[in-house]
Amino acid sequence: MIVSLKLNKPPQIYQSCSKTLRVKIMSASNRPLSPHLQIYKLPLTGLISIAHRITGAALATGLLFFAYSFFAIAAGAETYLDLQNLLNHSLGQIGLWLFIYALFFHLCHGIRHLIWDAGLSFDKKQMNKNAVIELTASLTLTLCAFFL
Amino acid sequence: MDYKTPLAKVRSLGSAHNGTGHWWMQRISSMMLIPLSFWFVIYAKKLTILTHAEISAWLAEPLNSFFAIAWLMTVFYHASLGLQVIIEDYVHCEWRKIAAVWAVKVGFFALGLATVLAVLRTVH
Repeated sequence: MIVSLKLNKPPQIYQSCSKTLRVKIMSASNRPLSPHLQIYKLPLTGLISIAHRITGAALATGLLFFAYSFFAIAAGAETYLDLQNLLNHSLGQIGLWLFIYALFFHLCHGIRHLIWDAGLSFDKKQMNKNAVIELTASLTLTLCAFFL
Repeated sequence: MDYKTPLAKVRSLGSAHNGTGHWWMQRISSMMLIPLSFWFVIYAKKLTILTHAEISAWLAEPLNSFFAIAWLMTVFYHASLGLQVIIEDYVHCEWRKIAAVWAVKVGFFALGLATVLAVLRTVH
């Protein structure tokens, strides 16, 4: 067992064993240990980073529905009414407001990417602070949109 | 501004087969989408309350026609650039990657064009 751990390649059992054991195997084999994304507890900034990509993909999918809304308006009153009933159904409402929240979140984190691109705000403390600001801002914007 | 090092210029474009164009256009379109997204949220809310005659008239107002078409053109472009990055990151088989990127680009271009035409038909 120990011998196999010293090999350059992780042993065969590596794939089938538990996550905690994997770390032990990796550290015992003396290889450099990079963050294992599957067991690594992502910090808030990391969660937000992957959420930016997930919301981006979700928004691109939801975009198809809103693209359809323009066709429905052009098609006439009946088609439009069907779409409106779908949107005003309780599930439609949940979908709509999740979409709008995802949009505001993506927008807020997008602004932060633009700030990063300007070469600013790479300090760890500032990054955590900004993460909280983004989450608060996206929630506030969604609530404003809902009630206004 | 030119971000390429002299060595990069000599070696041409590298493994990405592309320059800084994609990155730059993603930023430009994202900045355009900041104000346009607020227009979209208003539109989405209008969809739930206005009748067909009302929303057609609303879209026909010059400012709303302008924002509708500007939003559609920018959002489809931005979405296709974003999906392209996701595909390039996760699809490793070369021909599948190229096919998927092309499908997204052609599909979103066609949808963007079709929706703009739909707006024009509504507001004619």
